Amino acid sequence: MRSRRLEEQIFKGLMIASLTLVLVVLAGIIFITIYKGAPALTLSMLTETPKGGYYLGKEGGIANAIVGSLYLGLGASFCALLLSVPVAFGLQKEYTGWRFASFTKLVLDVLWGIPSIVYGAFGFVVMAYFGLRASLLGGIIVLTLLMLPIMVRSMEEVIRTIPLELKEVSYALGTTRIETTMAVVLRQALPGMVTAVLLAFGRGIGDAASILFTAGYTDYIPRSLFDPVASLPLAVFFQIGTPIPEVQERAYASALILLLIVFVVSIVSRILSHRFSKHIVR
Amino acid sequence: MKVRRFKDSLATTFIRASLVFVNAIAFVIAITLFMKTRPILAKTTLSHLLSSTSWHPLRGDFGFFPFIIGTLEVTAIAMILSIPVCLLSAIYLSEYAHGRFRGFVRLVVDILAGIPSVIYGLCGVIAIVPLVRILGQALGSPTTGYSLLAGGIILAIMVSPVITSVALEVFRTIPRAARENSLALGITTWEMVKHVILRSSLHGIIAAIVLGFARAFGETMAVLMVVGNVPKVPLSLFDPAYPLPALIANNYGEMMSIPLYDSALMFAALILMVVVGGFSLGAHLILLKIERRGYV
Repeated sequence: MRSRRLEEQIFKGLMIASLTLVLVVLAGIIFITIYKGAPALTLSMLTETPKGGYYLGKEGGIANAIVGSLYLGLGASFCALLLSVPVAFGLQKEYTGWRFASFTKLVLDVLWGIPSIVYGAFGFVVMAYFGLRASLLGGIIVLTLLMLPIMVRSMEEVIRTIPLELKEVSYALGTTRIETTMAVVLRQALPGMVTAVLLAFGRGIGDAASILFTAGYTDYIPRSLFDPVASLPLAVFFQIGTPIPEVQERAYASALILLLIVFVVSIVSRILSHRFSKHIVR
Repeated sequence: MKVRRFKDSLATTFIRASLVFVNAIAFVIAITLFMKTRPILAKTTLSHLLSSTSWHPLRGDFGFFPFIIGTLEVTAIAMILSIPVCLLSAIYLSEYAHGRFRGFVRLVVDILAGIPSVIYGLCGVIAIVPLVRILGQALGSPTTGYSLLAGGIILAIMVSPVITSVALEVFRTIPRAARENSLALGITTWEMVKHVILRSSLHGIIAAIVLGFARAFGETMAVLMVVGNVPKVPLSLFDPAYPLPALIANNYGEMMSIPLYDSALMFAALILMVVVGGFSLGAHLILLKIERRGYV
């Protein structure tokens, strides 16, 4: 009996140690980013674009990257939303047979797992084929592809939880499929869909590998869809790669801004979904 | 009525078309990458590409062996470091922790899974690389710190939210009755975990590990920043390595100026897509089965 107790104690200790390790390391990531980033974060970092000699440690900020990232993230979220809503609705059994629906879900799961560098390479090839240069448009298209599986799968998870009775009540009144979808399913799933969009936005805005080839990098805020665009993840990546300490400081500040955006989006999505879900029939 | 019917059929057609479109995207990506790799496959054989260690793009010599080994080794280190820790954490959360604490940790892990990879990379450069340098010196193998080990550690940290949360989901699908039956026999909680939980969720654990593996295998930025990027087969943990995703990311600039280079890089992308796609397909099939049957 004593050896069994001992085994229990040993393993329980190991588990607590593991969990502590995981949480401490992950907290450490946040701590390092804040600790290094906060001193370097100044108002001019946020409001100015790089001036002459910026990459040698002189005046300027990363407004180009902040605005660029927001353009990319918002543009891609919008495109992905337009595409993913019909797909998420279409996975219901009114529209599609069970086989095709589960096949599509599997395809989306696999797409979700595909590394973003592969999307980037694919985007680069396609853009080269059409003669497009690295631009805001290219970045938005690739990020849309990256976000699409995330959005559809999360929306579908929500739509699936809607009670069948609710839809049946609506159909019993003689509605058509699209009427029920818009009146019952959309209303029920809306909070979850908002969360899905924000989740995908958070993923998209932080992704660097896919836009490395397709969006380019520039010191200016883009004026049209065909201009290259800077982004926060790439600002972090390029600035940490320089040997000049002042520029590296700015990489830390850029990382902190990126982290803050991602966290705010993540927390807002949780609050929204919690608040909206009060009015949902379960 | 006619108008309503018309609207319905219009909407249905649109919705079905969008479903087909989404599936088409997956195939278009696969086919495009495959077509782009054909020039290099026409010039050399697949086995030569995979097994040659000589990488001289200017001479048209593309040997992927160092890169494939680099990717596999970085991923392997990450998995060895993270699997035991993540599984033990998931077991604790599932079997020992209070519901409230579990909910809290789940929330934290979900948020952490969303941290962009450049931030992990940055923290790797700030914290892990110097640590590895000190460790290397202490063990008598001088290193810059930008090494296989640093890449593995960063990847281990990055995949830990994935493995922990999937494993936790799997453990929670096991019915309470299965736990109570065995606890009623007077065994300790750990014995219950060993004989009931781990045994009945074996497939799910494999799926969690495979999903973590797939994430690690294709991770680009974080690894690229700490792994050193030297195209040689690494001989020790403290040697630099050069994984496939980093190869693509570093060389896209010259891609168009050297013949066959673009085709070679697309070959790297295709390898990533096939390996990651295949593994995550398998993992999702397992998870689907678990979801359908309750638990295996």
